[in-house]
Amino acid sequence: MNQVPLSHILFVSTALFFIGMYGLFTRRNMITMLMSVELILNSVNINFIAFNKYLYPEKLEGVFFSLFIIAIAAAEAAVAIAIIINLYRNLRSIDVEDANEMKF
Amino acid sequence: MPNDAYIALIPLLPLAAFVVLGLFGRKSLLRLSGIIGTGAVLISTGLSLWTAYRYFAACLSDGACRLITPLKVTWLTFSPGLSIDLSVILDPISVMMIVVVSFVSLMVHVFSLGYMKGETRFGTYYAFLGLFTFSMLGLVLSGNIFEIYIFWELVGCSSFLLIGYYFDRPSAVAAAKKAFIVTRFADLGFLVGILILSFHAETLDFHTLIQRLTGPSPQLASITRASFLGISLLSWGLVLVFIGGAGKSALFPLHIWLPDAMEGPTPVSALIHAATMVVAGVYLVARLYPVYMFADPAVLRVVLYVGAFSALFAAIVACVQTDIKRVLAYSTMSQIGYMMFALGTFQAAGEENTLGYTASMFHLFTHAFFKALLFLCAGVIIHRVHSNEMKDMGGLRKLLPLTHGCFLIACLAIAGIPPFSGFFSKEEILLAAFHANKFVFAVGLFTSGLTAFYMFRLYFSVFWRRQSQDVGSHHGEAPLTMKIPLVILAAGAIFAGFVPFSRWVTYDGAPGKGQGIGGFAIAPVMLALLGMLLAGFFYQKESARPAKAAAALGGLYKFAYHKFYIDEVYSFITKKIIFNFIGRPAAWIDRNIVDGFMNLLAGVTARISARIKGFQSGRVQDYALYFFAGVAALAVLFIYIYT
Repeated sequence: MNQVPLSHILFVSTALFFIGMYGLFTRRNMITMLMSVELILNSVNINFIAFNKYLYPEKLEGVFFSLFIIAIAAAEAAVAIAIIINLYRNLRSIDVEDANEMKF
Repeated sequence: MPNDAYIALIPLLPLAAFVVLGLFGRKSLLRLSGIIGTGAVLISTGLSLWTAYRYFAACLSDGACRLITPLKVTWLTFSPGLSIDLSVILDPISVMMIVVVSFVSLMVHVFSLGYMKGETRFGTYYAFLGLFTFSMLGLVLSGNIFEIYIFWELVGCSSFLLIGYYFDRPSAVAAAKKAFIVTRFADLGFLVGILILSFHAETLDFHTLIQRLTGPSPQLASITRASFLGISLLSWGLVLVFIGGAGKSALFPLHIWLPDAMEGPTPVSALIHAATMVVAGVYLVARLYPVYMFADPAVLRVVLYVGAFSALFAAIVACVQTDIKRVLAYSTMSQIGYMMFALGTFQAAGEENTLGYTASMFHLFTHAFFKALLFLCAGVIIHRVHSNEMKDMGGLRKLLPLTHGCFLIACLAIAGIPPFSGFFSKEEILLAAFHANKFVFAVGLFTSGLTAFYMFRLYFSVFWRRQSQDVGSHHGEAPLTMKIPLVILAAGAIFAGFVPFSRWVTYDGAPGKGQGIGGFAIAPVMLALLGMLLAGFFYQKESARPAKAAAALGGLYKFAYHKFYIDEVYSFITKKIIFNFIGRPAAWIDRNIVDGFMNLLAGVTARISARIKGFQSGRVQDYALYFFAGVAALAVLFIYIYT
């Protein structure tokens, strides 16, 4: 069975990373920004898994790392959503531009 | 005299009063401040009198007065031979001066208890009086020329504070500034003089300085060899010191501040601008008198003519002024002119020729009493009439009988009528002038006639002229605290002339014989009587005579009334010449070059920051973008390096 070449997977993860980066920079909606961060984290996960499988199939560190990242991403999403909800309660908006009281 | 360190207490007690009242006199000690200030000066006066008694008793038993240094503290040491000390010295003139200063100060302190009652800044007033008394006592006791300079500036400072005491009046503020600037200007001369003398004499101490500059010594050789513009540095130094003294003593042409200084409270005028501070210049010249005697006679001739001219000039101006305090101010200036030219009469060693020194100090002594008395009387009058102008007064002799008597005594004293104190001292001065210079003698004689005229013009205008009229309510003449000093000073004005002054105060400490005045006194007394009669003729009753006389004199009257336009000349020089040719270019350079450079730096910085401030947008995403751009750039860099 023909394996998918490593470079293809890296293309996917790189694309995913930059899509996430683009979303993070351009969106003003916090939920969208949070989703973009998730995309970036997942692109990193793909890289870990791919390198583990293709370069060191006898080891498991890459898999463990991606498991850690998934766990941390879940925690991070919980914290971020809590922040967003609080912000919404205060400002009636989840636009980052509106959260400017600490500016200057 | 062993154990004389207590003499330091004489100036230090008023200083303590100043510190206490300066810190607490505004609120907690406001009511007590008069008592505290007066108490401190009372003790000082007691100590001064005790010191004088012991000192002159020692003079009598030793046969001559010696210079004593009861206290000497090395303050700043520059090199083994040169240090600035703080010392206290006693010699006849300093002992005489501490008595005069503390006594007059005490009288003014007591008088002010009544005069300044109810002032909101009562405590501050007494604090300033304490500061002044401290400075003046320190000045007369100073043992070296640098120390005297410190106290010299301190009296200037306290005089500034007291002239500007009513700081809500613009004229008082202007007068305070004027006094400060004019005397500072003269002090510049004093400072340069100190530097010249002490640099060449290699000492600051008066005693050593006088020894080195009056006898054969390498220091004397160096200072006479060095010359500037063809005049030896010794003469320059002495003339510059004299300029400093002339500024403080309000001699022509540096007198312009003294009439304006009358904006201060009247007791202050009595203390500072009549009896004590303004004679500091005379005291300074007297302190360095041996050097003046030894130096080029031209220097003392400067002193002689400046003094004589000031005496005459001020007497003429005093004849036409209408403000009671200004008349007294010009009369002060005239009397100081007398003291100064008496010092200038020295020509060669000998009993007759050093009479001027004794006479000058004697006149200083008697003048302090009768002039302080005149000012305090003026204070009572102003207190009652609420005006300084003579035209608002008249017929006050029934209303203010005690003041009338005291004023009359003081007028007789200043006019030189025997047996009042001014007679003795003025005759001695005229005698000294007679031996030295006939022209100056004539000026002095004429001025003494004028003195009698303007003093009695004042006397008749204030106390006679009109029918007694009631001004203000019936609340008696004045409180007791104001009457007592008048009586004591009046006693001083009568009897101070009988002090055997020439036995104690001579330039070399040896007792003088005391000149018989005798028949010499006829001419001055006749002139004074003539002046009095003339004043009575013009001013005893209200008449058209003064106006007619003024019209007859025409231009001269107008000239004198405007004080010979000296103030106008000064303001022309400062405003038109100095401001335009020095002030404005300096301001232009400051504004365009100095400021311009700084503005350029600031402008460039501001413009650059205006351009780059867009980076600080406050948006998190922008910062994230910059961060990412930086990481990407680094990544590219590393890839470029490692491949």
